[in-house]
Amino acid sequence: MSIDLKTIKHISKLSRISVDEKRAEKLADDLNSIFEFIEKLNELKTDDVKPLTSIAETTLKFRSDEIKSKNIREQIIKNSPEDNEDYFVVPKVIE
Amino acid sequence: MSDITKQSLTELVENIKNKKLSSTDVTKAFIQRSEKSSELNAYITDDFTSALDKAKKFDQKPNLDLKLPGIPMAVKDLFCTKNVKTTAGSKILNNFVPTYESTVTKNIWDEGAILLGKLNCDEFAMGSSNETSHFGNVQNPIDKNLVPGGSSGGSASAVAGQLTPITIGTDTGGSIRQPASFTGIVGLKPTYGSCSRYGIVAFASSLDQAGPMAQNVKDCALLQEVISTYDPKDSTSINFKRNHYSKELTKNIKGKKIGIPKEYRVDGMPKEIEDLWQKGIQYVKDCGAETIDISLPHTSYALPTYYIVAPAEASSNLARYDGVKYGYRAKGENLIDMYEKTRSEGFGAEVQRRIMIGTYVLSSGYYDAYYLKAQKVRKLIKNDFDEAYKKVDAILTPSTPSSAFKIGEKTNDPVSMYLNDIFTVPVNLAGLPGISIPAGHDTKGYPLGLQIIGKAFDEQNILNIAFAMEEKIIFKNKITDWWIK
Repeated sequence: MSIDLKTIKHISKLSRISVDEKRAEKLADDLNSIFEFIEKLNELKTDDVKPLTSIAETTLKFRSDEIKSKNIREQIIKNSPEDNEDYFVVPKVIE
Repeated sequence: MSDITKQSLTELVENIKNKKLSSTDVTKAFIQRSEKSSELNAYITDDFTSALDKAKKFDQKPNLDLKLPGIPMAVKDLFCTKNVKTTAGSKILNNFVPTYESTVTKNIWDEGAILLGKLNCDEFAMGSSNETSHFGNVQNPIDKNLVPGGSSGGSASAVAGQLTPITIGTDTGGSIRQPASFTGIVGLKPTYGSCSRYGIVAFASSLDQAGPMAQNVKDCALLQEVISTYDPKDSTSINFKRNHYSKELTKNIKGKKIGIPKEYRVDGMPKEIEDLWQKGIQYVKDCGAETIDISLPHTSYALPTYYIVAPAEASSNLARYDGVKYGYRAKGENLIDMYEKTRSEGFGAEVQRRIMIGTYVLSSGYYDAYYLKAQKVRKLIKNDFDEAYKKVDAILTPSTPSSAFKIGEKTNDPVSMYLNDIFTVPVNLAGLPGISIPAGHDTKGYPLGLQIIGKAFDEQNILNIAFAMEEKIIFKNKITDWWIK
């Protein structure tokens, strides 16, 4: 299997990371060498193996749906790159 | 009292409790040494001024019943610390000041310790040499231009260089044990679910665990006792009976069965690592334990499995960095363009690589071939350990396949960098505890570590084995203070 530039462009779109041509080539090389290494898993027959989905093997606990933090609006907004006191601000989405 | 920074945590606690030292004395000593050690680049952010204030306050009304009374401590910059910048070694979090405290660090401050500052690490803990940090690489106190290992490289360097009496790191694939091994200190990766992940910047949620990094096993046990608590804020935190690890620490390991897995004898492993391992086997026998040859047949599949599971989880965890709620934001022509530029400028090369691997293996058409396959192999790896633990109480292996390497030596070849974690990654995949203890030096005089792997929740047992071995090994770290200004 080989990851070509078209695939890199596709993954970069899905990852929301813009990549220029030069970096795309380097990434394709890196990913190909990493996937060559990963392909080793195909040596194993795993049809009858149940996937491990949780290491702790406990069921996740439910908690009651109640408000514990009050009046934390300021704290939540505090680290935002752009805000207008009450909201996060993003570039205009609707024309 | 001279040479405060040379004392172990246990000695410092004792001296503060006996009033031979004040918290201010100790805090001042570590601040002064840290200030002279800028060449190590171990700190990202220091909090010295407020540390000294806290120490003075402690001394005015000292509570000597606490486990870490007035002890200054720097921590890895992956733990959120309230009102102190937390970067995870990334440009994208360069301006992030948490409004809350991680559970693990809260436990530490509640026992009387004082924050010295935040220690350098690989960006989002992705790396094995601390060279992916946005804030520059860290020097290993052992030798100039030597990596300290990673991702908890700043933590390892700070403990080995005596800039902090002890610290905490995080370990997703070896990030505590490998740097501990490279710098000649002790590092414990606890059982998954032992220490809360609340407030730790997430990398791979099914693998991440916080743990202590210390000068000796006793110090390590004491800090583990403080940080390991059940926490409802982490849905994977496990409510099990935790030991008083430092109080129950014993060198009596007579009759313990210790497994020696043949698959850890890998091709191209230097003879000095094999020799070290043999010495380790002799040490545990001298302590009255019995060694048994075992097999962990899927060991060689652990790294490829890890490089699917960890990036997959990372790609999901790191989706939150979008330039909207916190962190770095780039200018963009529209919302999507802003996201793409923010993430392209804000993340470093290794993090981008891993997000892309993760996105690819989870993408439509590839999920079964990669992610599902990896989860199945992960099960086989866990089964290997389950089988082994029917016969043995713990497992002894080398910590790393080599000693520390030079800065820049492996940065261009991701796969050769990944191979560093070959002996540590299986432990994370199976959720088990593992400890690395310094056990000798190679021909260059660089430290080498041995790893003891335990059953889940059996931290006390591997700490005991490490404690018994430590006495036989009599390791002395060769620190020349070459960096001190």
